[in-house]
Amino acid sequence: MTESASTGTDFEPWNDPKAVPLIQFKNVTKRFGDFTAIDNLTLDIYAREFYALLGPSGCGKTTIMRMLAGFETATEGTISLSGQDMAPVPPNKRAINMMFQSYALFPHLNVWDNIAFGLKRSSMAKDQIAARVEEMLRLTQLEKFARRKPHQISGGQRQRVALARSLAKAPKLLLLDEPLGALDKKLRQETQFELVDIQEKTGTTFVIVTHDQEEAMTVASRVAVMDHGKVVQVDTPANIYEAPNSVYVADFIGDINIIEGYATPISDTMVSVDFAEGQPKIHTSCPTGLTAPQRISFAIRPEKLLISTEKPTESANILSGKVVDIAYLGNISTYHVKLASGQMIKAQSANTRRIRRRAITWEDDVWISFTDTAGMVLTT
Amino acid sequence: MKRLSWFNATSLTLGLAFLYLPMVILVIYSFNAGKLVTVWAGFSTKWYGSLFQNEAFMNAAWVTLKVGFISSCLATILGTMAAIVIVRAGRFPGRTLFSGMIYAPLVMPEVITGLSLLLLFIAIGMDRGVLTIILAHTTFSMCYVSVVVSSRLVAFDESLEEAALDLGCTPFDAFKSVTLPIIAPAVISGWLLAFTLSLDDLVIASFTSGPSSTTLPIKIFSAVRLGVSPEINALSTIMIGIVAFGVITVSLTSKRAITRAKREEQKAFADA
Ligand SMILES: Nc1ncnc2c1ncn2[C@@H]1O[C@H](COP(=O)(O)OP(=O)(O)OP(=O)(O)O)[C@@H](O)[C@H]1O
Ligand SMILES: [Mg+2]
Repeated sequence: MTESASTGTDFEPWNDPKAVPLIQFKNVTKRFGDFTAIDNLTLDIYAREFYALLGPSGCGKTTIMRMLAGFETATEGTISLSGQDMAPVPPNKRAINMMFQSYALFPHLNVWDNIAFGLKRSSMAKDQIAARVEEMLRLTQLEKFARRKPHQISGGQRQRVALARSLAKAPKLLLLDEPLGALDKKLRQETQFELVDIQEKTGTTFVIVTHDQEEAMTVASRVAVMDHGKVVQVDTPANIYEAPNSVYVADFIGDINIIEGYATPISDTMVSVDFAEGQPKIHTSCPTGLTAPQRISFAIRPEKLLISTEKPTESANILSGKVVDIAYLGNISTYHVKLASGQMIKAQSANTRRIRRRAITWEDDVWISFTDTAGMVLTT
Repeated sequence: MKRLSWFNATSLTLGLAFLYLPMVILVIYSFNAGKLVTVWAGFSTKWYGSLFQNEAFMNAAWVTLKVGFISSCLATILGTMAAIVIVRAGRFPGRTLFSGMIYAPLVMPEVITGLSLLLLFIAIGMDRGVLTIILAHTTFSMCYVSVVVSSRLVAFDESLEEAALDLGCTPFDAFKSVTLPIIAPAVISGWLLAFTLSLDDLVIASFTSGPSSTTLPIKIFSAVRLGVSPEINALSTIMIGIVAFGVITVSLTSKRAITRAKREEQKAFADA
């Protein structure tokens, strides 16, 4: 699991004790009246990171962004940028640009002037501003719409204008609040690629809010999963996916089967899970080990399960059940299998052939098997 | 076009007659050759000639325009500032009292406003003249401006101003280059309202004017008490003409601006 965490790059300042974070939240609490939007938050974001905030609606993602940009002040705690406490610095004095979730485009200015707005307030020369705006228009494929007002373009185009406007000044820190939500898949992937490219070129640090897990997984250096004003887990996308620290994170990211059961340690790193009467116990590894038998949740991703019509001869865990539903998703199919004890298990398999006669269909009796390292034991 | 039913046609005629008959009579009699206002003695424009010879009327007209222009500008600035504080400043001690106090002159009888201003000017030893009328008009018309502007500000999306700050504007620059252009229509209507109120005001001006600074309404009112002269009819006709001209120009230019914007839009779409 730790192997997959460091795929390709060696950019892991959070593992380096000498590295100094660019942004530090220290015990930050934000209250609106008696409602606590951010609850004792402590987190570090390093320079050149692509930091993704993930969480359900209303969990406080925008509030974090607004505190960074300087539009909200923390009720308690300190936020510092490059070691300097940001509380007394007004928004216009921060080398931070933010793309607003509501876009906040200036309705009285056309697309060109919207993008040039920030540049005109810097010391940049006129012809350089023009060149920069053209560059941004090209990047976001908005050249044709430069002379239109915001109300004369589509939602996706508006989103791109907002993105272009925040990128134009090439700030040290860029806050993107759902920057790509209104774009179609192709344009979104292109833009994601561009963002990563921009970051490599300019060394900008990105904090990005997204509802799209795939997006968080592909672009982020680290992902912070939030719940009700608290950060539940901060880790690399791979670790969030492969080693969630709680049922909440496991359930929030991707598809997963959660089976509640009673785990008994059988060695330092192995446990057996009794989850239903008449079902074989699940043998699974538990790297942290369990000291005593306890109730746990066993979590396993659908793609880690093997589904077959014949009983597998050797596998650590073999369960039998009946297919009750099949969801065809193009490249993969998800089988909903009901075990004799009533649990529903989702198993995924890739559709490798274009028109394959499906070997498994509704009401088939099937076998589900998985290795003893495929799943996770979650105690919280 | 749909044809009017007889009922609608009648109501329309009656309504218009009710509104405009007095003015029509006034306009017609301003061209009366005779001195008597109620007896038609043939067509003539001589009262217009004598009006322009009448220095007292001309002075009054000049004072009125000067007072109207300056006081409405001041009222617009102060009223807009007050509106911003009321809408934006959030909660601060005495906010309700403050906003209530701004709107109080709306319902205050003019006589009281005029009297209290008069007392103030006497107390501080200020000679009554054009300046005192300007101050008085600014005082009572700024609350109208602030009502108009604050109703627009309430609907203003504050994240626009935040975006401007975020892009490096100082708060003042953000207001000037984002907020003001967007609320400009409300500010302009506030100005027009203040200007009209000032042109129209008789009561407060009578309290605060001095011997050398009579405004047109005061002049007309005092002249009429000595008997309606055809000169006043002529003056009123000119005022009606100016107002009509103003209204028509404003609506025509705004219509033209809309057409121009439409044409630009179409051009932008054609380019795309
Ligand atoms: N100005 C405010 N006054 C009162 N409550 C607020 C204010 N701003 C935000 N909140 C509350 O704080 C919580 C967090 O809001 P926030 O906008 O940060 O959510 P979010 O995570 O960005 O949600 P979404 O994904 O829907 O954008 C919400 O419950 C919201 O109602
Ligand atoms: Mg949000």
